Amino acid sequence: MISYIIRRMLYAIPILIGVNVITFVLFFVVNTPDDIARMQLGQKRVTPEAIEKWKADHGYDKPVLWNSDAAAAGKITETIFFENSVRLFVFDFGRSDSGRDISYDISQRMWPSLAITVPSLIIGLLVYITFALTLAFFRATYIDTWGVVLCVVMMSISSMFYIIGGQYLVGKLLHLVPISGYDTGTEAIKFLVLPVLVGLVGSIGSSTRWYRTIFLEEMGKDFVRTARAKGLSETVVLYRHVLRNGLIPILTGVVVILPMLFIGSLITESFFAIPGLGSYTIDAINNQDFAIVRSMVFLGSVLYILGLLLTDISYTIVDPRIRLS
Amino acid sequence: MNFLSLVSLAVPVLLLSACEGSLNNPYPDSESDKNIYYDSFEERPRHLDPVASYSANEYVFLGQIYEPPLQYHFLKRPYQLVPLTAREMPEPVYYNADGVILSADAPAEEISQVRYVIRIRPDIHFQPHPAFARDDRGEYRYHSMSPEAINAVHTLDDFEHSATRRLTAADYVYQVKRMVHPRVHSPIAGLMSKYIAGLDELASRLKTANEDNPGEYIDLHDYDFKGARAIDETTFEIVLKQKYPQFIYWLSMYFFSPMPWEADVFYSQAGMSDQNITLDWYPVGTGPFMLTENNPNRRMVLERNPNYRGELYPEEGEEGDAESGLLRDAGRAMPFIDKAVYSLEREAIPTWNKFLQGYYDTSGLVSDSFDQAVRVGSGGEVMLTEEMRARDINLLTAVTTSTFYMGFNMRDDVVGGDSQRARLLRRAVSIAVDYEEFVSIFANGRGKPAQGPLPPGIFGHREGRAGINPYVYDWVDGRAQRKPVAKALELLEQAGYSNGRDVRTGEPLVLYLDSPAAGPGSKANFDWLRKQFRKLNINLVIRATDYNRFQEKMLKGTAQIYTWGWNADYPDPENFMFLLYGPNAKVGSNGENASNYENPEFDRLFNIMKSMPNGEKRQQVIDDMIEIARRDAPWLWGFHPLAYSLHHSWYHNAKPNLMANNTLKYKRIDVPLRNKLRAEWNRPVWTPVIILVLVLLVSLLPAAILYKRRVERSIR
Repeated sequence: MISYIIRRMLYAIPILIGVNVITFVLFFVVNTPDDIARMQLGQKRVTPEAIEKWKADHGYDKPVLWNSDAAAAGKITETIFFENSVRLFVFDFGRSDSGRDISYDISQRMWPSLAITVPSLIIGLLVYITFALTLAFFRATYIDTWGVVLCVVMMSISSMFYIIGGQYLVGKLLHLVPISGYDTGTEAIKFLVLPVLVGLVGSIGSSTRWYRTIFLEEMGKDFVRTARAKGLSETVVLYRHVLRNGLIPILTGVVVILPMLFIGSLITESFFAIPGLGSYTIDAINNQDFAIVRSMVFLGSVLYILGLLLTDISYTIVDPRIRLS
Repeated sequence: MNFLSLVSLAVPVLLLSACEGSLNNPYPDSESDKNIYYDSFEERPRHLDPVASYSANEYVFLGQIYEPPLQYHFLKRPYQLVPLTAREMPEPVYYNADGVILSADAPAEEISQVRYVIRIRPDIHFQPHPAFARDDRGEYRYHSMSPEAINAVHTLDDFEHSATRRLTAADYVYQVKRMVHPRVHSPIAGLMSKYIAGLDELASRLKTANEDNPGEYIDLHDYDFKGARAIDETTFEIVLKQKYPQFIYWLSMYFFSPMPWEADVFYSQAGMSDQNITLDWYPVGTGPFMLTENNPNRRMVLERNPNYRGELYPEEGEEGDAESGLLRDAGRAMPFIDKAVYSLEREAIPTWNKFLQGYYDTSGLVSDSFDQAVRVGSGGEVMLTEEMRARDINLLTAVTTSTFYMGFNMRDDVVGGDSQRARLLRRAVSIAVDYEEFVSIFANGRGKPAQGPLPPGIFGHREGRAGINPYVYDWVDGRAQRKPVAKALELLEQAGYSNGRDVRTGEPLVLYLDSPAAGPGSKANFDWLRKQFRKLNINLVIRATDYNRFQEKMLKGTAQIYTWGWNADYPDPENFMFLLYGPNAKVGSNGENASNYENPEFDRLFNIMKSMPNGEKRQQVIDDMIEIARRDAPWLWGFHPLAYSLHHSWYHNAKPNLMANNTLKYKRIDVPLRNKLRAEWNRPVWTPVIILVLVLLVSLLPAAILYKRRVERSIR
């Protein structure tokens, strides 16, 4: 397995280089170094000299991808792309265009993101599995039919509706939690209730349907028929056999998103004013802060690759028949 | 099974019910009795170094921390400069090339030097800061820290000691020098180098010093220059190369705030910026407040500066101020609040709802909440809705010192140039594009259609009949009325376009508008614009683009028609007229004249006007300039936005001041009243939750029955 993991990590290098190149090209197609300088210097009375000075100070005075004036390897190494990309591979994110240490900011802002995503994931799993199992148990009854209809309706509604509706109903009309904001320590709890609840309700439709499908598939298998033939009660069949086997695809599906929990949620964090990594990325895009955008995309890619690797590993754990080679 | 979901819903609610106070209070209960002002901010400040900052959202904070020599009077209108740290208003002294003093009305070309001598108050101290802390031997504790010691600190709170010192004239001189510091990016370095004597030469010397010792601290005391010097402890002078009466306004801006050299040494230590400890993050000023929490991802907190001298609230204002209670605190020492908490709010809806709940003391007014807050009467009068009045919320309105306009690129072959044909075309378009309708549809009436470049409140602006643009408006029944479209069509005919076609070529007239407003939100706006041009049978093609590309087009002069705006730096007509001054053209000079308008007579009058004191003569010159500009019509003059702000009944001394940024010190909060109303407005409503739980339980009943039947059936 170790050789498999090493091989997968080596495969990740060209993928990360590719992601970096694409991010770089896309960003600089829309924003030139002059635009970035103007954004940092402000919109009023900015002279060309000031722009040139800012670019020189921040390493944006070099060619973007290819330095035809440089000699030999310098054609590649003396470029904005190379100077900004190589250190990413040792997780040195450097400084943002406004001068902040990106690694420090990430280390500070991942906690608010996790404070939302982790409870959302855990509570969500419990709720979705409960509902899905209920629907599967009552399959082909009016409970199942109306449950699925409700799921389809709920998954058809935009997440924005849940956010604004949740803030309006729970925060504004019922006065039960703050509408938005964030605090540290136990004070954070009151701010997390609503985003977690909204996240839960917003995903209940799609997740419950998906899990129901998994459970129904399991319920049609021979081992379930055998269990019933042995005279086991429906409850025992459901919890001891269907649930256990159905959890395999569910958990492996969860493992892939585990590392991504750090990245947070762009819209939720924005609406609830949560200072997580999602809003960090949105801010960076709005401020044309390439250093942060590049770092966050790189980090996202690494975490995604890590998630896929963990999924593969988790398969071998939950299903001993699978061997990684 | 559904028990789990119920638990997941109920547990947080039960946890919260254990808390004291309102459940939806976003602030700790321990703060409820404290004299704290609550507000929000939408965009994180990029710079808090006063020499680098040039943005209104940063001035919200800088204005309370730093103190330039002058400030705007809080109450008086028109806007009036008064001393802040200065003992009196500085008077410029003019000299000719031989060093002879000239009178104030001497021709500008005879003046080769202008001296401003500024005397500052002797009783001003900086806020506590580790940069001032000394040990028993009198050595600065934190000016030469070891790399290990620097690595151990992450915020200013990690420094055990702090101290203060008295403000001196040298601190102001130091800041002037910082404008051209090679490692500082001051947006006005270029502009000031044109006026302050020797500043450009100082820039070269500092650049050389930086290249010789990259990254090393540059001691600006070693670099004397003739443009600014400290005469004694409390007096300094600034020397200009030419007459520039508007310079006095710059002395009220934060670029000219004092900067203690100790702070520069402290922040310049190697490794300090790696710890994110910079002047851009931790300001050090003499103002009534100091920044004690800088977490722009969540909140910014200002607290009372314990070393503040206690400036007194103004004792006089304009007519009506006493009646509206604005002089109730006259003569009292400021500030009146102890702390100000600014929370980050990215979206308008949560911000507005929290204001209605009493968790923000003031609020602006965006389109989403306009109808909920404001009603416009049949006569155009603005009033609050019943809901707002029931909460005793107050509304303040003011015409901003800004202008939003649509400009023609005067270098364009079709709409630009000095030909009568192009001029008539521009005038026809000026009539056709109905800005009264625009303001009504897109700004909820919050705008005043412009008659020229000068907004109300700026010297030179005329109201009433004398102030209308006669090329676009008629004076009918005591008000300005836009000329009919028939008049515009007539002008177009005279310009050589008949029924939307060029008479000479027969080709249809197609015009192009570049706009930085992209996205679905702008579609209605664009449709409206196309409709306005269609009145003249002109096909308008809109090229929506992002702001970067838009700026690029403007710099290259490739746009034909564009929309843009300008906020006043200072309340002087020069700050608007220079937007049409030829040598200030965007193309070639990278100036702010985005239309690249050039009229020799206008430029001549501009040079006269900019050096004149306000008075009848200056008004006459301004009138002449405006007449030229209206005749040439390089802009559709657009509109001046109206600022609406709301505040609660517990918030006192609220008066819109669109030039001053240091207004927090004037605010007073009635904390007991705020607590009482907050509690009334935010009582938890449990009934719907109980009903929801009951409904869920009832809905579980059929499932339970069905489950029981199934289990029984499988047993049988």
